[in-house]
Amino acid sequence: MGWLDERLGIASFARKGLRKVFPDHWSFLLGEVALFCFVILVATGTFLTLFYRPDAAEVVYQGPYAPLQGREVSAAYESVMRISFEVRAGLVMRQIHHWAALVFVASVVVHAMRIFFTGAFRKPRELNWVIGVVLLILALGMGFTGYSLPDDLLSGTGLRIAYSVLISVPFIGPYLAFLAFGGEFPTAGIISRLFVLHVMLLPGLIFGLIGAHLAILARQKHAQFATSKSTERNVVGKPFWPGQAFKSVGLLLITGSVLSLMGGLIQINPVWDYGPFDPTVVSAPAQPDWYIGWLEGALRLFPPADVSVFGILIPSPFIPGVVMPGIAFGLMALWPFVEAKLTGDRDEHHLLNRPRDVPFRTGIGVAAFLFFLVLTIAGGNDVMAIMFNVQVEAVTNVLRVAVFVVPALGGLLAHRMSVQLQGPGVGIPRGPVRLRRNPEGGFEEQH
Amino acid sequence: MTPERVISIAFGASVVASAALVVVYLTGGDAQLEGLLLGVALGGLGFGVVTWATRLLHEDEVTEERPPLGTGEATVEATGQMLKDDEVTRRSALVRLLAGASATLAAALSIPALSLGPRPGQSLFRTRWSAGKRLVDLDGNPVRPDAVQPGAVQTVFPEGEVGAADAQTLLIKVDPERLQLPSGREAWAPEGVVSYSKICTHAGCPVGLYRAESHELLCPCHQSTFDVLTGAEPTFGPADRPLPQLPIEIDDEGYLVAMGDFSAPVGPGFWNLQRDDGEEQLS
Ligand code: FES
Repeated sequence: MGWLDERLGIASFARKGLRKVFPDHWSFLLGEVALFCFVILVATGTFLTLFYRPDAAEVVYQGPYAPLQGREVSAAYESVMRISFEVRAGLVMRQIHHWAALVFVASVVVHAMRIFFTGAFRKPRELNWVIGVVLLILALGMGFTGYSLPDDLLSGTGLRIAYSVLISVPFIGPYLAFLAFGGEFPTAGIISRLFVLHVMLLPGLIFGLIGAHLAILARQKHAQFATSKSTERNVVGKPFWPGQAFKSVGLLLITGSVLSLMGGLIQINPVWDYGPFDPTVVSAPAQPDWYIGWLEGALRLFPPADVSVFGILIPSPFIPGVVMPGIAFGLMALWPFVEAKLTGDRDEHHLLNRPRDVPFRTGIGVAAFLFFLVLTIAGGNDVMAIMFNVQVEAVTNVLRVAVFVVPALGGLLAHRMSVQLQGPGVGIPRGPVRLRRNPEGGFEEQH
Repeated sequence: MTPERVISIAFGASVVASAALVVVYLTGGDAQLEGLLLGVALGGLGFGVVTWATRLLHEDEVTEERPPLGTGEATVEATGQMLKDDEVTRRSALVRLLAGASATLAAALSIPALSLGPRPGQSLFRTRWSAGKRLVDLDGNPVRPDAVQPGAVQTVFPEGEVGAADAQTLLIKVDPERLQLPSGREAWAPEGVVSYSKICTHAGCPVGLYRAESHELLCPCHQSTFDVLTGAEPTFGPADRPLPQLPIEIDDEGYLVAMGDFSAPVGPGFWNLQRDDGEEQLS
């Protein structure tokens, strides 16, 4: 320490860091879980990168997996098969990586929901909210590109749909799609492009933005729930060292532990079952990873409407595949500013809301959540049809109604419940409340 | 049990699991065991550390001041003044020129992005089918109309182009009496064999499923269905355009052969799909 301090003068800085106060609440750990998932993704991903080949060239499979021996497959697919069957510890690394990706996106989403429902995005934290939304989009991009790399039958389907969505953009669609894919789908070059995105550009961006996210957090200090001690002018909690540090390291280890158990014991993405990509075949029913489900569902529910405006075709994937996600993420990113505008509230806030404190926001949040939930369910409409033994057409028609009705009702209900939970006297009770027996035998508050 | 005890057991379990992990790896490896042992190794350590934090560290809550974030109007003002250095702001023409030059440079530097892909040109409007090309199966053998099984679908390609993705075509044999193809296509289905593009007009999935009883093609991706008898008009799902039909006839040797390209561009829609500029080049 002395050696370093004489050269960098960091002792006082470190002292400040070790003393930094962390308010204690379980929901503040959700963001940490996301961060730790990212750490595990980088670690397992580095291992996988050493064996993966981003190459679409055809090779003849000669590995130990008998059903595919002699089949023509891409070098990319072959290398994933090698990781799964021949590289020692390869399969467990691959499976941990995939599970970590699913949990990563999930923890980002739940973390964002925590921020939303507690109003933690309000001034001065709008910037960090926007960075968070960008991180969520990047996380989805990481998931999608990674999902496509094994070049198996399922991932090929995802790419094909991505291509179709790109090409649907008016005027520039065909150019966009050809630039992105290097020609008309399917192209040989796409694998290496996805690879560069997945192992270099996207993680680099995520890395930088996580840095900014944390730096801003440190600068602004944590928000906190209202207690008897906490106010807008202080931070009440435990110092970073040693308690918080121990807990965080423990959380990292436990996250790694759970993901290892999942990666070892629960099979995921068995590409050998799906087989290599073949442009003339598609497996059914086919579901993407959970976080793409809402897009898939939107494509499935959208009515057959290739509208033509002045001879310009707007193909039906355009609205659910481009416009809807654009509006959704745009609104999400701008929400802090929208809410400030609506409420006229321009004050700094460091005390968090309980969801019921702001019925209007809670209602909107619940409605948005349900909207995405129904869309995600719709992404599995064929599975549900099989499960309930009904025609898939019936399931689709029901969901086409539900996607509007369920969020509307759910949002209203959440609003109503929030209002009622507040009871008389909105806000946090301060000091003792006196009750008085009234002539009818009930109790009422005495003022 | 004392906390020290619990923590030591947890750390101990972690050590044992880590050692076992090495043994498993060296003796050939096994994904399940590796996951399990790694889970215990990390979990033991994590559990121990968290127990340490919750049971041994009794820290008092501390309260820290939260000074206001903003540094005040005066500072903001002064900083703004600094940025507005006279030699910069006064020369507005130069400033504008600098901005223009930078923008031009940026545009020039982003042009190489065009190397990423060819221009679409006519490629979306046509496939490798042309008049006189025989229909061949996946093994490259030409197909006779009587070899097409009723109630099943068969995937065919243009002769010499097996695997060409945009040319993949479905052959289906139906009762010629029941066919109601759009007018002008009466001769496109010799002996009741109709042929449609296999690429869904919604988002480009191969339309692989066939319900023979209702003579419907079903796309597994988003469940669009197409009626084979009426020229593959969509009957359900998000697809709005029929699958393009391939005009076919029987050649002198009794094999199926194309009379031209598809009736429309294949696959997912794009903005100028209905425009004629594709057709001009084709004829
Ligand atoms: S790709 Fe066929 S229905 Fe969407």
